Amino acid sequence: MIANRRNRSRPLDGLQKERTGIPGFDEITRGGLPAGRPTLVCGSAGAGKTLFAMEFLVRGATLYDEPGVFVSFEESDEELSTNVASLGFDLNQLIADKKLVLDYVFIERSEIEETGEYNLEGLFLRLGHAIDSIGAKRIVLDTLEALFSGLPNEAVIRAELRRLFRWLKERGVTAVITCERGEGKLTRYGLEEYVADCVILLDNRVENQISTRRMRIVKYRGTSHGTNEYPFLIDDKGFSVVPITSLGLAHKAPTEHISSGIPRLDAMLDNKGFYRGSSILVSGTAGTGKSTIGAHFIDAACARGERALFFAFEESQDQIIRNMRSIGIDLEKYVKKGLLRFHNARPSTWGLEVHLAMIHKAISEFSPSVVIVDPITNFLAVGAKIETKSMLTRLIDFLKSRHVTAMFTSLTSGGQNVEDSEVEVSSLMDAWLLVKNIEHKGERNRGLYILKARGIAHSNQVREFLLTDRGIQLIDAYVGSEGVLMGSARSSQVAREKAGEVDRKHSMERKQRELQRKQELYEAQLVALKGQYETERDSILREIEQEKQRQQVIAEQRLEIARLRQANNGEVQMEGYGARKSRKGTLR
Amino acid sequence: MKTTPSKKLRRSTNGQSPPSESDGAEWNLRLYVAGQTPRSLTAFKNLKEICEEYLKGQYHIEVVDLMENPTLARGDQILAIPTLVRKLPEPIRKIIGDLSNTERVLVGLDIQPRSN
Repeated sequence: MIANRRNRSRPLDGLQKERTGIPGFDEITRGGLPAGRPTLVCGSAGAGKTLFAMEFLVRGATLYDEPGVFVSFEESDEELSTNVASLGFDLNQLIADKKLVLDYVFIERSEIEETGEYNLEGLFLRLGHAIDSIGAKRIVLDTLEALFSGLPNEAVIRAELRRLFRWLKERGVTAVITCERGEGKLTRYGLEEYVADCVILLDNRVENQISTRRMRIVKYRGTSHGTNEYPFLIDDKGFSVVPITSLGLAHKAPTEHISSGIPRLDAMLDNKGFYRGSSILVSGTAGTGKSTIGAHFIDAACARGERALFFAFEESQDQIIRNMRSIGIDLEKYVKKGLLRFHNARPSTWGLEVHLAMIHKAISEFSPSVVIVDPITNFLAVGAKIETKSMLTRLIDFLKSRHVTAMFTSLTSGGQNVEDSEVEVSSLMDAWLLVKNIEHKGERNRGLYILKARGIAHSNQVREFLLTDRGIQLIDAYVGSEGVLMGSARSSQVAREKAGEVDRKHSMERKQRELQRKQELYEAQLVALKGQYETERDSILREIEQEKQRQQVIAEQRLEIARLRQANNGEVQMEGYGARKSRKGTLR
Repeated sequence: MKTTPSKKLRRSTNGQSPPSESDGAEWNLRLYVAGQTPRSLTAFKNLKEICEEYLKGQYHIEVVDLMENPTLARGDQILAIPTLVRKLPEPIRKIIGDLSNTERVLVGLDIQPRSN
């Protein structure tokens, strides 16, 4: 009979479980409480034991059509009804519908005298009657330990409790037994000895004046379960447990791209933009335009007709709309169209877990495709780093499961290395934009880098980032021999380069002209030299001719003299030879 | 099952100093049992003996079997079995156990003052 009931899941390990219907709890216990067995819920005063137990019954009655019995040892029926009415549980209606029985067991020690042997058959009969009257499948014993203070003989109580738990198992009802937390042990009277199947510990801790409720499954025999401390919330809808990683890493990865709203930024991201469903971190020091990048992102999403949700933890809705209008982004029209919704809260208003639950709730209600959380840094003011990271992990898991693209802004302090300061969260993010103030020569300029973008071939270049009345403009920063320059340094460097170029051009022209001149000069010299040479040559040739003529004249004179003197031939011949030789030389 | 109504307790007859509130009041006792168990029977026998000895003619006993009438357990907040409830004289007092300790029963019923 029990196995056929639809709400009892049958996991692989064979243990039957009964869904509590409490959001999140059935996930961490992989199906709920052990069906037909008692579960111990312990915690200190105000930890939420009664509420957990009551919700177990109310959800059982309303969601799974399983009637339940609430046996209270502390609060009367009226008190209980009033207390849970604030959570939207109408106990009187459930009682009228025969879905619920409240039984207030009141024990006043001073009225009781012990006079011999007894047992607690009266309690058994009451429980049995209550169960039978509505065919209850669930039962709650809210602080059973009242027996110890109400009745004198502890040995009898212990024996009877053992019998009670056995009896509850025999009846096949799923029981929740609450008990006070004891000093150094789980329960004050050691009830965990009797209830060995499942023990849940509720805790409410106050850190930095903000209280956070946490739950841990101490023991769950015969099944695997989450072993962490899970934060839980009690709000106007009742109990909800926020599983730290309800999905693990099994989410689907969409291949669709989504524009960042800034064309040049898309260009840096392989001309595509971000992946849909990815989480994007925008970090930077104060006043670098992180929120503005977020506003662009929203603007683009709303322009495509998608819904966007803006979680603002620093500014009010009006302030954001006003500020974004000053750079030419009109968010108000999207608010009016119902495409954009703001969710403003101071981080210190609630603890991290409440924030997470609020975000969950807002996202579940609005179903946005784009979410901005501005900024996540402020959560660090509320919780420790590790808690903030765990909260963001859960948030990102949740967003990814819904294929919501999320942009988180993060304020980094100026001094430290920005890459180091985001170690806690950056590993969770798929893309990381860094907006940096670059101070140089007495002015600050914004530079934008893409530190990482998983699965996207992204630019490794820094871009100069300008906030204009038409939104964000990205400009290539000057990268050259002088390093990376931005702002007026960039423009002056560009001007300087331009001037240098003109100079170089001029000097080249000058050199060319000089060359021309030189050529002309040398050519002129060449002509002059040639003229000189010709002149000299002519004069030399003339001299040679004159010499030749003179020689000839001399030779002729000698011949004439010889002829006149009648000299012998030998002399004449010698003379003639010499003359020939000399003639030859001049002719050369 | 009701025993026959009894006459008023007289101070002179029982030799004890009775509680002042019992003066002129009828002792209205209700014994809760669960079935005819040996313990229930013992309790009823013990009660009867005590009443006959100390409250003769001044009491009536009502025995409630919760096996037959489980709803009645709620009214008097019965957990332990057997439980004797002194409905009258007021205030209500509860005595749990099989009533074998006569002295404690007398203390519990305020017939005998508590001996510290």
